[in-house]
Amino acid sequence: MNLPRYWRTEKARYALVGEICRTCGKPIFPPRDVCPHCAQTWQEPHAFSGKGRVYSYSTVYEAPAGYTEYRPYTVALVKLDEGPLVTAQVTDVDNQDVRIGMPVEMVTRKIKEEGENGLIVYGYKFRPVLEDVKR
Amino acid sequence: MRDVSIIGIGQTKVGEHWHRSLRDLAVDAISAALKDAKVERVGALYVGNMLSGELTAQEHLGALLADWAGLGSIEAVKVEAACASGAAAVRLGYIGVASGIQDFVLVCGVEKMTDADAETTTAAWSAAVDADYEASHGPSFAAINALLMRRYMYEFGVQRQDFAPFAVNAHQNGVNNPCAMFRSPISAEAFEKARMIADPISLLDAAPICDGAAAVVLCPSDRAREFVGKPVRIRGSAMATDRLALHSRSDPLCLHAAHVSAQKAYQQAGVGPHDINALELHDAFTVMAALSLEACGFAERGKGVRLAQEGEITLQGRIPISTMGGLKARGHPVGATGVYQIVELVEQLRGEAGANQIDCRLGMAQSIGGSGATAITHILEAQEER
Repeated sequence: MNLPRYWRTEKARYALVGEICRTCGKPIFPPRDVCPHCAQTWQEPHAFSGKGRVYSYSTVYEAPAGYTEYRPYTVALVKLDEGPLVTAQVTDVDNQDVRIGMPVEMVTRKIKEEGENGLIVYGYKFRPVLEDVKR
Repeated sequence: MRDVSIIGIGQTKVGEHWHRSLRDLAVDAISAALKDAKVERVGALYVGNMLSGELTAQEHLGALLADWAGLGSIEAVKVEAACASGAAAVRLGYIGVASGIQDFVLVCGVEKMTDADAETTTAAWSAAVDADYEASHGPSFAAINALLMRRYMYEFGVQRQDFAPFAVNAHQNGVNNPCAMFRSPISAEAFEKARMIADPISLLDAAPICDGAAAVVLCPSDRAREFVGKPVRIRGSAMATDRLALHSRSDPLCLHAAHVSAQKAYQQAGVGPHDINALELHDAFTVMAALSLEACGFAERGKGVRLAQEGEITLQGRIPISTMGGLKARGHPVGATGVYQIVELVEQLRGEAGANQIDCRLGMAQSIGGSGATAITHILEAQEER
């Protein structure tokens, strides 16, 4: 893919910047021009805390082109503390230790490398909350 | 609005057709449907297809197939709605005839998936979900469905092996379908031991990558008997959409579009789930079969798996599903699947389903695009003698 396609979503991917709808007050992630809740177009940017819990997950063994060298890896739906669900990989934990309800936090990591001379794509992943690991 | 009937069907065997191209398969199905309908000319061709551009570098399928099937300079266009593309083409054909704009319409669903390697096909199939915010994190299309299956297991307290009856039933029904890709039964033990592709989805939860084409000919119901002894009337036709990404839905385990399209189709036909004798549903993954049964009112929320465990989805059950093998065993040539479902229901309604024949007056087909963002429901009925 070309560079601008990644640039466009930079704030969302690096800092989990979404929106709060000024009309209905609901949090929105990923950001979009028309509120999915009230269909109005008056939002302000909002950086999400990055804290949430695993809502569901799957460990991928047969991966799409571009991701085969990383398999097996775990993809999850994470329910952010503010409400929205996010699709992202889970990292810093063995695949078999991921559980629904596990507290996680957002980190910025390498998503993939597009070949020898291609782009290295970074974005959000989620890891278990560190305090919980110590306990 | 006019009543619309199906007067011709055609299909190729589903499988890995190394010696046949996309256009060869489509022309085979179109020729068979025209021959079955005893019709030589149609006013329009609608082609259901999802992946031809990505996997075979061929778009512009409307003109290509009208040309290669010898249909003349007719209106012809490709329709895309991910895995529901074929059903979307049927819907467009229905609208064309019902509106009075067209009299005779051909609908063809075709997909050629084996011209690319497995990873490329897997990546292309992921285009059914949100490219920027889902697929860009590496889930295969199977993994997106696995997120639903894992959550289903968690919320409703079922185990992975509880989904086995869906795959076992599909394979059992595929045995007697000469056009099915898989014609051998599988056991619940084989299901339990199957290799994971996106945990908890295994190879035996998932429909195969394959090639195939199916076609139907539509015309106004009041002219159907001029061409065929047993026409099948489209009693209900409805399409609905939901948020594209799984993460954008307030309750991912409720297939809202499937529910809405089923309700609209029931309403149009003046029937309910208890009137349906056969259901061709979108069992691309076993969890989707459970969620469709629930969305269409055949089972309560969280009870779709139990319906299967109780044997109610078999040919002898209360609501037979995947009567000719479904997506799991007949195969899931993505953009063709929605047309295969209609062809198989017509076989049931004509009494031409062979060893899998059930007593069928009213049949329903539901095709689902992506992880549930598009749903198209058709209700078909054997046209009574006048």
